Amino acid sequence: MVIFGVAILAICFLSGVFFGDLLGQILGINANVGGVGFAMLFLILLVEYLKKKDKLNKQTQEGLAFWSAMYIPIVIAMSAQQNVVAALDGGILAIIAGVAVVLISWAVVPLLSGGKKGNKNNTVNNVIEMDMNGGKQRVRNTR
Amino acid sequence: MLEILGNVLKNNGLILAFAIVGVTMYLSYFISDKLTKGRLHGSAIAIILGLVLAYIGGVVTGGEKGLADVSLFTGIGLMGGGMLRDFAIVSTAFGANFSEIKKAGLTGVLSLFIGVFLSFVVGVMIALAFGYRDAISLTTIGAGTATYIVGPVTGSAIGASSEVITLSIAAGLVKSILTMVGTPFVAKYIGLNNPRTAMVYGGIMGTTSGVAGGLAATDPKLVPYGAVTATFYTGLGCLLAPSVLFLLTKAVFS
Repeated sequence: MVIFGVAILAICFLSGVFFGDLLGQILGINANVGGVGFAMLFLILLVEYLKKKDKLNKQTQEGLAFWSAMYIPIVIAMSAQQNVVAALDGGILAIIAGVAVVLISWAVVPLLSGGKKGNKNNTVNNVIEMDMNGGKQRVRNTR
Repeated sequence: MLEILGNVLKNNGLILAFAIVGVTMYLSYFISDKLTKGRLHGSAIAIILGLVLAYIGGVVTGGEKGLADVSLFTGIGLMGGGMLRDFAIVSTAFGANFSEIKKAGLTGVLSLFIGVFLSFVVGVMIALAFGYRDAISLTTIGAGTATYIVGPVTGSAIGASSEVITLSIAAGLVKSILTMVGTPFVAKYIGLNNPRTAMVYGGIMGTTSGVAGGLAATDPKLVPYGAVTATFYTGLGCLLAPSVLFLLTKAVFS
């Protein structure tokens, strides 16, 4: 059932955020430390496990796939509620700081990722053959 | 009749948001196709349109949440708010490949630390150039250059003035917006076309909304890799900025 997929996602999300809050409290800071990142790792591991056990049928995957397909629309809604006015009103210091840090960070990315030509054979389309529905795995599981 | 329509829209804000975003995306993909011949990705245009709407909303209402402050469009706030956004980000992990994440894991963690330090140093240097000399203001502005959440968290922890805290938020917002808009343009120059680079990218840039929006407009398949590191950045920043980085700044500038 579709709701199983949504529920798996919800459970991973909640446990990740809980873990992030817990870690934040242990570290003594008033913030969530990587909750969403933990949730993503939980989801990846859980999906791998369920696929291996052949417990992840097509409908369940659709519950997950729907939300990842809604991701871009949600990002657009997110952009429509950014505090753009405050960013521009922050004055010249804020704008220079924001622009400078982005430009410098862009320049550093290729240094860390091993050069812009280092991963020629490693482009996303070669590496990620699966589609949003889980690709080959899905074909196998729903047979 | 107009009143009935108004009530329908107002009482069904989230549904209205789906419709608005859908129409915006249709327009954006149309513009992308016809005017830029597909060179500028449809979602990049949609994000820019979204930011323009946010600006208009902010000017009209004087609020902090862009279009979502207009009472008719509160649904945008729900749809693009933290809860659904994070939920959707987590769901992108469904398409991710764990062995890729493991492979790039160490580089990803390294890029997080480098990212926080680098942003902080850039922020502090620019604050210095603008005449700030006290460690508290320098640290707060440096923290804001990391993300617009690290700035105020740090500022209130070490007792910065509200003016400096506002400045730090603005610096973080500029970073986030520029990352959203600029990522698709620089992607090919910095080799942002594979999971490994996307993870480094998330760690270096750190702004979750910026990385999430920027990667979505570049190649949606990269989103989970960038997001998985970026979501640790703010936490790391909140951890390091008011402690280690503040002490370092204090040692250097007092």
